[in-house]
Amino acid sequence: MSAATLTAPPAPAVYTVPDAAYERAFAAIAARAGEPAVLRQLRRSAFAQLQQRGFPTSKHEEYRQTNLAAVLQRSAFALPERPGAATLREAERAAQPGAAFGGPQLTFVDGHFTPELSRLNSLPAGVRAGGLLSANDAGDDRLARLGELADIGGENTLAAFNTAFFGDGAWVEIAPGAQVDAQIEIVHLATGGAGVPTMAHPRQLILAGRGSRAKVVETYLSLNGAAHLTNAVTEIFVAENAELEHARLQQENTAACHISAVHSRQAADSRLRLHALTFGGALTRNDVVTVLNGPGAEALLNGLYVAEGRQHVDNHTVLDHAEPRGASREYYRGILDGQATTAFRGRILVRPDAQHTDAVQSDKNLLLSSDCTANADPQLEIRADDVRCTHGATFGQIDEEALFYLRSRGVGAEMARHLLIFAFAAEALGRLNPSPLRTRLETELFSRWTGLTPPEGAEASGG
Amino acid sequence: MANPLLKIEDLHAAVQGKEILRGIDLAVGAGEVHAIMGPNGSGKSTLAGVLAGRDSYAVTAGRVTYAGQDLLEMAPEDRASAGVFLAFQYPVEIPGVGNLYFLRAALNAQRRQRGEEELDAADFLQLAKKRMRLLEMDDTLTRRAVNEGFSGGEKKRNEIFQMAMLEPKLAILDETDSGLDIDALKIVAQGVNALRDAQRAMLVITHYQRLLNYIVPDYVHVLSAGRIVKSGGKELALELEEKGYGWLEPEAAAV
Repeated sequence: MSAATLTAPPAPAVYTVPDAAYERAFAAIAARAGEPAVLRQLRRSAFAQLQQRGFPTSKHEEYRQTNLAAVLQRSAFALPERPGAATLREAERAAQPGAAFGGPQLTFVDGHFTPELSRLNSLPAGVRAGGLLSANDAGDDRLARLGELADIGGENTLAAFNTAFFGDGAWVEIAPGAQVDAQIEIVHLATGGAGVPTMAHPRQLILAGRGSRAKVVETYLSLNGAAHLTNAVTEIFVAENAELEHARLQQENTAACHISAVHSRQAADSRLRLHALTFGGALTRNDVVTVLNGPGAEALLNGLYVAEGRQHVDNHTVLDHAEPRGASREYYRGILDGQATTAFRGRILVRPDAQHTDAVQSDKNLLLSSDCTANADPQLEIRADDVRCTHGATFGQIDEEALFYLRSRGVGAEMARHLLIFAFAAEALGRLNPSPLRTRLETELFSRWTGLTPPEGAEASGG
Repeated sequence: MANPLLKIEDLHAAVQGKEILRGIDLAVGAGEVHAIMGPNGSGKSTLAGVLAGRDSYAVTAGRVTYAGQDLLEMAPEDRASAGVFLAFQYPVEIPGVGNLYFLRAALNAQRRQRGEEELDAADFLQLAKKRMRLLEMDDTLTRRAVNEGFSGGEKKRNEIFQMAMLEPKLAILDETDSGLDIDALKIVAQGVNALRDAQRAMLVITHYQRLLNYIVPDYVHVLSAGRIVKSGGKELALELEEKGYGWLEPEAAAV
C-alpha cells in the first residue's frame, strides 16, 4: 500500500470565510453607540461564529442545490444608512398600495425601522408591536429571547450573519387570550444600490400568548430593479392553545438574492399556519424549522413558489415532532417556467416521545417548459412506533384531460391552459384563511396568467 | 333524412396505432335521441371522444358533418360553441377553479364566439339556480371547485347541470349511467328529458339497457368491434337486455 492512499484527500470546503469587507462593516456596527450590552454581546459572538465558520458552499449537504457562499463572497454588499427624504418618498409609494391593508403596519427600509411609514397608533387590544430595538417598552426580556430558536451557536451561520448585522427588527407580541382580527403587517423595502448591491438583515420576533389568535404577514419588496441581498430571520413562539397564522410573501425584484429562515416553537395544543409564498428574487433560499414542542400541537406549512426565467428557489423545511399527538400538514407547490430551477427538501422528524404523530407532506410541481428543473427530497426520520407519516412528490405538465375538459365546454385553448396554471396556484392560496392578502394574491395571480380581472368566485378553496 | 344535424360517414379512428373505429355510418336529425349500445371495447367512448375533439384519437378515414360543417376540422372549443356537448364518463376534477366560475367562463366564451352578448353575474346566477333545482343539486356544490371531492353521482349530475346551462344542439352522453344508483339515475334522466326538444339531438352511449327505461330513445344502434352491426327502434334495447350482445357477433362477422 503506497503512502498516497493513506492520505485522505483534502476535505472539500464546506464553508468559505467572509472577506475583509464584512469585517470593516461589522466594525462600524460594533462601534455603534447606544445598543444594550446584551445585544452587543450577541452581535460579537455571532460575528465571531461567522468568521470562524463562514458561508456555506454547495459542498455543504444542506446547500447542495444553492451555493450561497458564491453569492455572498462575490461582492461586498453595502449596508445602507437610514433612508433619506428622497428614499422615504419612494418607499411611501411602494409601501402604500399593495402591502398595506389598513391594519397595524411596521415598515422597514433596508432593515431600518421607519416609523414615518408605519401605522402603530391604534394597535388592536392585546397587541404590542414596534421596532425590536427602538420600542419604548422595557425590552431586555425580549432581547434575551433573540436567537433562542435560530440557533446562533450552531451551524446556522446565516442566522449569525443576520444577528451580527441587523439594523432593527420587528417585534409583535399578542397578549394571552387576545383575539385579533386585524392582519398585522410587516413590510420590508429594499432600496438596491447604485453600483454596489445593498444588503439588509430583517429580523422578526413574534410572541403569541396563551390562548391568543392573530395573523401576521411579512412582505418583502424592492424599490427598483437593482440587485440587493435580503437575509431575514423570524422567530415565532406560540404559547399553549394559541392560534397564529403567519404568511411570508416574497415579491422582490428578479435581481435580488433572498435568504430567509423562519424558526418556530409551539406549545401544547397550539395551532400554527405558516405560509411561504415566493414570487421574486434571482436566487431564493427559504428555511422553515418548526418544533411541535407540546402535546397536541398542529402545524400547517403551506408553500407556493413561482419561478420563471432564470430564477432559482430552494425551500428547506424541518418539522420536528417532539411531543405526542402532534399533527402536521405540509404542502409545497411549485410553478416553473423558462429555465427556472427549484429545490425542495422536507425533513420530518418524529422523536421517540412523539407517539400518535400524524404527519403528511407533499410537494407538487407544475413544469411549464422543457428547460426548467425541479428537485424534491423528502426525508423522514421516525423514532416513534405509533405514528402516521406520509409523503409524496410529483412533477408534471398541465393535465391534458383537464385541458380537454375545459375546451370541450367552450373555453379557448390558451385560456384553458392559463386557467389551469392559476388553479394550481389557487389551491395553495386556498389554504390561507380568507383575508385581504389572500384576495389580493388571487387577483394578482389570476391576472398574471389570464390577463383578466377575476370575477367573484373565480377561485375555490383547496381545503 | 335530407339534412341531418350530424352525419357520420365511414369513420375510422385509431388510438396509438390500434384501429378502434372501423367504419361508422350514422345520421342523427334534430330532435332525435339515438342510443349507442355495445359491449366493452366496442368503440363507444372512442366515438364520443372523436366527436368532441379529444386529440388522443387519430381519425384515419371518413368524415363527420355537423350542421353543414366539417366537424373534424374544428377545435374542441369551437365544436362546443357550435353546440356540441360531451357529458364525460369520467368528469375531471379541477381543484382551484370554482364550479360556477368555470361554467360562466365557458358559457360566455361560447356566447362571444357566437356573437351573442355575455351574461352578467346576476342573470347567470338566476339561470344557474333554476337549472340546479332541475337536477336537485345541493347548493354547496356550486361553491366548491370543479368536481373536486364530488361523489360519482354528484359528478354525473354536474355534467347534466352543465349541459342544462350550455343548452347544446347535440348532446353526447358517455355512459352517464355508470356509477349511479337508481335514485340518482332517475334524477339525471329527468334532467336529460327536460332538455329534450325538437331542436336538440342526443347521442346516449350506454352499456346497459337500464338507462333507456328512463331516457327513451328514438333509435338504438349496436356497436361491435368498431362498427354499427344493428340498428332498430327502442325495442332493440330490450332485446339486447334479454339476449346479451353475443347473438350479434355472427352478424358482425358477416358484415
